[in-house]
Amino acid sequence: MSGRIKPVTTIAIIFFLVSAVAPLLVSSWATLFALILAKGIVVLGIILLLQAGQVSFGHAMFFATGAYTAAFWGKYVGGGDIVLFIALGGITSAVFGLIVGLFVVRYREIFFGMLNLAFSMVLWSLLEKMFHYTNGADGIRVPRPALLGLSFTPETFQYVILYVSLLIAVVAFYGVQRYLDSPLGHMLRAIKSNETRLEYLGTSARRVLLIGYVISAFLGGIGGTLVAIIQQIATPEFGFWTKSGEFVFIAILGGSAHAFGAFAGAAMFECVRFYAAAHLVDTWQLILGVVLIVIILYAPNGLIGLRQRYGQAKQGGH
Amino acid sequence: MANVLLSAKGIKIRFGGVVAADGIDLDVLQGENLAIIGPNGAGKTTFLNISTGYLRPQAGSITFLGQEITAQLPRTITKLGIARAFQIPQLFLDQTVMENMLIAAASRLGSPSGFRALSALPELPEMERLLDLVGVKLYASRKARELPEGQRKLVDIALALALKPRLLLMDEPTSGVASAEKLEIMDILTSALAKENVTSVFVEHDMDMVERYAHRVAVWNVGKIQKVGTPAEVLADPKVREQVIGI
Repeated sequence: MSGRIKPVTTIAIIFFLVSAVAPLLVSSWATLFALILAKGIVVLGIILLLQAGQVSFGHAMFFATGAYTAAFWGKYVGGGDIVLFIALGGITSAVFGLIVGLFVVRYREIFFGMLNLAFSMVLWSLLEKMFHYTNGADGIRVPRPALLGLSFTPETFQYVILYVSLLIAVVAFYGVQRYLDSPLGHMLRAIKSNETRLEYLGTSARRVLLIGYVISAFLGGIGGTLVAIIQQIATPEFGFWTKSGEFVFIAILGGSAHAFGAFAGAAMFECVRFYAAAHLVDTWQLILGVVLIVIILYAPNGLIGLRQRYGQAKQGGH
Repeated sequence: MANVLLSAKGIKIRFGGVVAADGIDLDVLQGENLAIIGPNGAGKTTFLNISTGYLRPQAGSITFLGQEITAQLPRTITKLGIARAFQIPQLFLDQTVMENMLIAAASRLGSPSGFRALSALPELPEMERLLDLVGVKLYASRKARELPEGQRKLVDIALALALKPRLLLMDEPTSGVASAEKLEIMDILTSALAKENVTSVFVEHDMDMVERYAHRVAVWNVGKIQKVGTPAEVLADPKVREQVIGI
């Protein structure tokens, strides 16, 4: 097992190093990499739930919760600090995740997915319709926050938020990989393969799934807060179902067998979008669609799976 | 009857027109291997399902060590010390045999960690010992999916033993196993149970197995207990021979 994990971990370390260094060479990459890392953090949560065989089509609700927590603070309290925003965004989303989770962990598969979608659309409607508080579809601007009391110019700030995202991404990546390897993580996988047996071992499958769900909501909230800070705005679109679909898309693209799948998928997704949008206007969705078809046909376990397949072929003497 | 472990009183359950249990009284004694025999569809598995909380009886009650367990959740009953092995092995197929065992160990200990590695559980040597006891230690690092059926059954039983139960309920421990292996598996099983000091109830079709390995036999027929006694007594009963064994 460790022989299978190790090469992926090496690639992960290289990826994080590249994220730290490359933007120093090309300044437009600072925001690109910050977005990749922030979305990767959200997708870590999707990968967690995929272990249990459950796909949430509503995770954007936690992403939006994190984003709007920062936005509301800016609008109603004023000022703000990155650390405060991230802590509040994470906690608010985790609490929201606990409330929604108490309902959704009673269901499995399509019902789980659809109930998540329903909850997320309720949130989206509220954000859209409660114009007085949320500015409706225009969203709320998130003023550039300080970091531990220090203010920055826009040029410096893009690096500040990049390194904050990187730090959180590394910690989240490590934490999730540890989780997947722990008893709770293995129990999450056991829900996928044999929930009845898990109950007959004396463990509540719902409880195991709820813990995973809350962690996943927490990660979604942190990712949403980061994206709101990076893009300096929170809009209802953060919670729309296409955003939820995007996270699931990235998870499938990257592969769910390892926590790094989240970042591999996010990197591919954001890069295709970044360059395709710049060079081939209005066709980037088409290109992403083709990429997904190719992945599903030729690498059903995602980008991470490609590495594993290649590794096994080499072991087999080919 | 000081040493009654599990006691069923007046259990009734029917599924539509089928009466699976019609006033069943049955005691399981500490330290015995009790076999339940009977024609197909007589309600034998239903008894296991009721005893483990999977089904709720329409009447009657079950006590375990004097404590009422009727209609409790399976996981609550498991925590009290009743483990179950299945007719079709119920394993976590995508995980290794050792991971299966460690999940059971973590379940028994309660409040599982989300940070420390599963393989770092101090129960690992104990799980190795149990796998060795049922003779499947060499499969420890293989995925459960890759094991042949007979070995999966043994892992299924090892998973139940990992819970350190007082009572183990087994549904046809030798079904789906080649007849040449049956004796071997039952030998391994009964000696493991004796060593671990576990009382057992097993549903069985093969009278050879019952004769060799059960201390007592209960004959389940059309929702009633037709007879309870030693294997010799029960198998000598002309009615049982005619209606259940079919000789």
